[in-house]
Amino acid sequence: MEIKREDIIHLAELSDFSLADAEIDSLGGDLQGIIGYISQLEELDTDNITPTYQVFEMENVWRADEIKPQDATREQLLALTKEEKDNQIKVPKVL
Amino acid sequence: MKTANKTVTAERLVRDALEKAKYFADYNIFTFLNEEEAIKKAREIDAKIARGEKVGRLAGVPYALKDNFLSPEGQTTAASHILEGFVSPVTATAVEKLEAEDAIMIGRTNMDAFAHGSSTENSYFGPTHNACDKERVAGGSSGGSAVAVALGIVEFATGTDTGGSIRQPASFNGVYGLKPTYGTISRYGVVAMASSTDCIGFFTKTPDDMNLLMEITSGRDEKDLTTLPDYYNNVGAKKITKVGVIKDFDNDSVHPEIRKALQNKIELLKSKGYEIVDLEMPALKYALAAYYIIVPAEVASNLSRYDGVRYGFRSEKSEDLDALYKNTRGEGFMPENKRRIMIGNFVLSSGFYDAYFLKAAKARTLIVQEYAKAFEKCDFILSPVTPNPAFKLGEKTSDPVTMYLEDAMTVPLNLAGVPGLTIPAGKTEDGVALGLQLIGPRRSDKNLIEFSKELA
Repeated sequence: MEIKREDIIHLAELSDFSLADAEIDSLGGDLQGIIGYISQLEELDTDNITPTYQVFEMENVWRADEIKPQDATREQLLALTKEEKDNQIKVPKVL
Repeated sequence: MKTANKTVTAERLVRDALEKAKYFADYNIFTFLNEEEAIKKAREIDAKIARGEKVGRLAGVPYALKDNFLSPEGQTTAASHILEGFVSPVTATAVEKLEAEDAIMIGRTNMDAFAHGSSTENSYFGPTHNACDKERVAGGSSGGSAVAVALGIVEFATGTDTGGSIRQPASFNGVYGLKPTYGTISRYGVVAMASSTDCIGFFTKTPDDMNLLMEITSGRDEKDLTTLPDYYNNVGAKKITKVGVIKDFDNDSVHPEIRKALQNKIELLKSKGYEIVDLEMPALKYALAAYYIIVPAEVASNLSRYDGVRYGFRSEKSEDLDALYKNTRGEGFMPENKRRIMIGNFVLSSGFYDAYFLKAAKARTLIVQEYAKAFEKCDFILSPVTPNPAFKLGEKTSDPVTMYLEDAMTVPLNLAGVPGLTIPAGKTEDGVALGLQLIGPRRSDKNLIEFSKELA
């Protein structure tokens, strides 16, 4: 399938990136090549095959529903952010 | 492994390692050197030894930590821009276990940003150079770790292997590199790439060192519920009689010197009385395409957390929150990160999900089944790690698909969750390191490491 400029813009939107104009062109070429390559799966017969999503051989690993102390404190976590006020993370306006 | 004692102190070992790290600075191996803390810890261990107290199995052994393992020493950036300034308040389980045995981290190693790549050229800090030939790539994504061990700076280094990121650089630099069975070592505290294939492993100079590190770090972890119940230390010795060779991995598409290395080891095995079994594994041909659908899909989800709000880099010129997300991610990710995130969102988006993601998940089933069938016919498989030896810096950066093709022989193991061990296999006529990989069924890691001694 052909990847158009608007497809790249749409994918960047889904991916939450801003892209410079030059990047849209170069990523467009790259993604066209990658999608061309992965499309070869079409020729593989997968009728009646169930999908595999994980390979750790287990299901439903249970644990008690208890509140346990975490490895990092609130102060340590808040110290990682650029701007903090009253125990909250400050960001630019939302609306 | 050389551990500290009364005559050779931990401080001596650590200072030697740091000196070597500085001597080889132009290889661009480290993103951070842990000088002060490492020497402080070495002195504590030496004091324990002087007092006659018991010390750990890795007492004073200097090691290098891939930059995607969280620990409070230095910034954990996964060699990316978007994690710039992130000093972790938590420590990865694997690191805790190594430190509990008194190993000493002397530095964080360079890698492809977020482990996306096969050459360490996608690092925000520039590429690492190959240990044998500075004009060639170190391999990736764990390039820095492989070179740190190959140049003898440290006795071992940690790595992560999502599609070959331990085995390929181990091969390119002539050291041992293990991708264990999926779920053997806890992934807690390691920057996630693709959760269903990510594995923690090591680079060492010997199989015995590898075994020791596995004994120490393997096992169930409540903080990573995908870890398998403890098995590594309970596996009995298995008698190996049959070794499989995959027909499709021994043809003209593979570099002649790699085929020769494979043939040499096959002859060696035959001379020791092992039976060689030819294997047909036709579904492996599709593993790379399936991998570059499944992994980007998981990457797109795992990397959605990097938004500049809670930690790391934040773009400064944003008027509102949405622009903050978009600018931070636009400026903070490397081109390869963007390609993978976008491909991931493409294969997961409505209209394409069935044709790509679901199709790849079904192909994965066929690959899992193919390994299961192969291990009915043989105990282990001997295979090339890559179609070509280490390539020149810049040779494959202009076309992502050409770079991806180098992963064709390593990714199938990750999709199936089976272990693979890279073993050194001599050098090319030009002096470039060669390696081969031994592949075993799930949970055969210990026997796989032991068996590799037969090929030394």
